[in-house]
Amino acid sequence: MTPTDTLRFASRAATGYPLRTALMVLAMSIGVAAVVVLTALGDGARRYVVNEFASLGSNLVIVLPGRSETGGFNPANAITETPRDLTVEDAQALTRAPAVLRTAPLTVGTSEATYGGKLRDVTVVGAGADYLKLRRMELAQGRFLPAEEPNAAVAVIGAKIQSDLFGIESAIGRILRIGDRRFRVIGVLGQSGQGLGMNADEIVVLPVAVAQAMFNTNTLFRILVEAKNRALLEQAKVQTLEILKARHDGEEDVTVITQDAVLATFDRILGTLTYGVAGIAAISLAVAGILVMNVMLVAVTQRTGEIGLLKALGAEGAAIRNAFLAEAALLSATGAIVGYLLGQAGAFALRTAMPTLPAYPPDWAVIAALVTALVTGLLFGVMPARRAARLDAVQALSKR
Amino acid sequence: MVHKKHAGPPQVLLGPLGGGLSEARSSGGALIELTGIERVFTLGDSEVHALATLDLAIDSGEYVAIMGPSGSGKSTLLNLLGLLDHPNAGVYRLEGRDVTTLSADEQARVRRERIGFVFQSFHLVPRLTAAENIALPLMLAGIDPAERSRRVDKTLQDFGLANRADHRPDQLSGGQRQRVAIARATIMRPAMILADEPTGNLDRATGEEVVHLLESLNAGGVTLLMVTHDAALGARARRRVMMEDGYKVSDGA
Ligand SMILES: Nc1ncnc2c1ncn2[C@@H]1O[C@H](COP(=O)(O)OP(=O)(O)OP(=O)(O)O)[C@@H](O)[C@H]1O
Ligand SMILES: [Mg+2]
Repeated sequence: MTPTDTLRFASRAATGYPLRTALMVLAMSIGVAAVVVLTALGDGARRYVVNEFASLGSNLVIVLPGRSETGGFNPANAITETPRDLTVEDAQALTRAPAVLRTAPLTVGTSEATYGGKLRDVTVVGAGADYLKLRRMELAQGRFLPAEEPNAAVAVIGAKIQSDLFGIESAIGRILRIGDRRFRVIGVLGQSGQGLGMNADEIVVLPVAVAQAMFNTNTLFRILVEAKNRALLEQAKVQTLEILKARHDGEEDVTVITQDAVLATFDRILGTLTYGVAGIAAISLAVAGILVMNVMLVAVTQRTGEIGLLKALGAEGAAIRNAFLAEAALLSATGAIVGYLLGQAGAFALRTAMPTLPAYPPDWAVIAALVTALVTGLLFGVMPARRAARLDAVQALSKR
Repeated sequence: MVHKKHAGPPQVLLGPLGGGLSEARSSGGALIELTGIERVFTLGDSEVHALATLDLAIDSGEYVAIMGPSGSGKSTLLNLLGLLDHPNAGVYRLEGRDVTTLSADEQARVRRERIGFVFQSFHLVPRLTAAENIALPLMLAGIDPAERSRRVDKTLQDFGLANRADHRPDQLSGGQRQRVAIARATIMRPAMILADEPTGNLDRATGEEVVHLLESLNAGGVTLLMVTHDAALGARARRRVMMEDGYKVSDGA
């Protein structure tokens, strides 16, 4: 029997039993579709996070108060008393580092903003004049915080605050109440879209000293440091650490991380998540494989008489085995293709429902799903095919 | 169905012509030559001798009816001759070659090229058309599609099935089905046709048509072995082998 004939014979057999074939194709396609859709979701989340970070600016060094524990236990840290706070002066000192372009001290809190009888909760960000450039943000109207007046009672508001409290009227020059203080609005931030972590549309930016006074604190939440360029990022990190260590009496009581490190961590976590999800979805493929085996066993029983006939007509064991294997392979290949199309349609539906999520299945997942479907189909098809080939001709012929 | 233990010495049951004739035939270049064939089925702890001490020689071109009561071993004999079953003892020579010792694949090849089967229940593949059913042996033999369809078309003509080529078995009458089966059995131009009650599922008139068809093939030179219960049909054969409880009890014209 030539391979073409084997394939044709197998496909005739598959189409000869439409219900059984449809069932098997369905089981296989659900498995493949599950892998495609779930990995599209997982990888979409990963890409979303990575893109968001990239849009934050990739030359950033972030300084956090306190020693990070992620470096493992270090006996030197165990004897450290409470870490020194980060201060605005620290941020200023960092601007003198040769690799550093600009810095932004940051303090964050929540408060209520009122204007014209309207009230809403806002996130208050105390920042320096360089914050806008450092975060690559745009102004829709007015100007940003003035560098020369660090204690001015002025505010720059997010686009959502503008529309919620001021409507279509321009907020520039208006007096906004935040907590029990009054601020003159000098700028409105451009629409930022859905941002990671903090939604820039719903913040009010105040001069850092004013915000500190408002929240009654001297400490900073973060210092953002921008290196002069990407090549100087590592140097900026080292210099930042040196300067702060010197300013904190030789104590290394801050954590300095780069965007890249954060990004890599997120990338790793979400990548692992995607693999995990793919693995779980692959279980449904294994289940489909077992179904393939059972359906093919039923097929062998159903077609016992036919197998006997083929033997009487001089079919070798291999020819019968190949015919049944080809049938299993055809069914799982069809299932894999249908599943792939279903999965892509599902991913498309996800992207339509959540336009911000780049829910494309990664290539490796698609290839793995298709290969797994084919391999399980063949693997689980082997046993029934061998059983068919080994049937006793006389007994098979007498069955009807 | 009668299950009997080995009944006794074979000589007692042998007909007057039995041994002598087969010896005479085996001396020539017989197509089929069975010597001392035993076929024992074990069911639990009882043994069924479906065939016992069987010697049989059949020349090329013969027309042999195999007859006997139910359970006498006719089908078992035919299955052995068709290499679908293996004897527990004895030698089967086909065209001078000992075929009992061949590997399974070699036996498959012999079946493919030298033997045509016709069954009582037709055994057509239900999802395939008449033409495709007839083409099955050619497909299994790996003959290329062009040659295949040429030979199938000719066979369909010869068997008066040309206008039924694309019909599936369930769209054919019993007689037509058996004609398709016979066409399939002959398309590889085998040396012999083994027919196990080919008329068993057919009415008398249709059965006779089918037998005429088989006989015309025999007239064309194919050795024909036909199991039948029908004495009238058996009488048409030039040679009758009578079976009883696994023994050949008579053999002759
Ligand atoms: N696979 C088997 N297992 C056990 N016994 C068997 C088997 N096949 C046949 N037999 C027994 O062997 C004997 C001969 O059977 P066989 O089928 O050859 O009879 P037969 O002459 O063809 O009968 P019938 O005219 O009813 O078809 C019977 O007793 C039968 O029960
Ligand atoms: Mg029988």
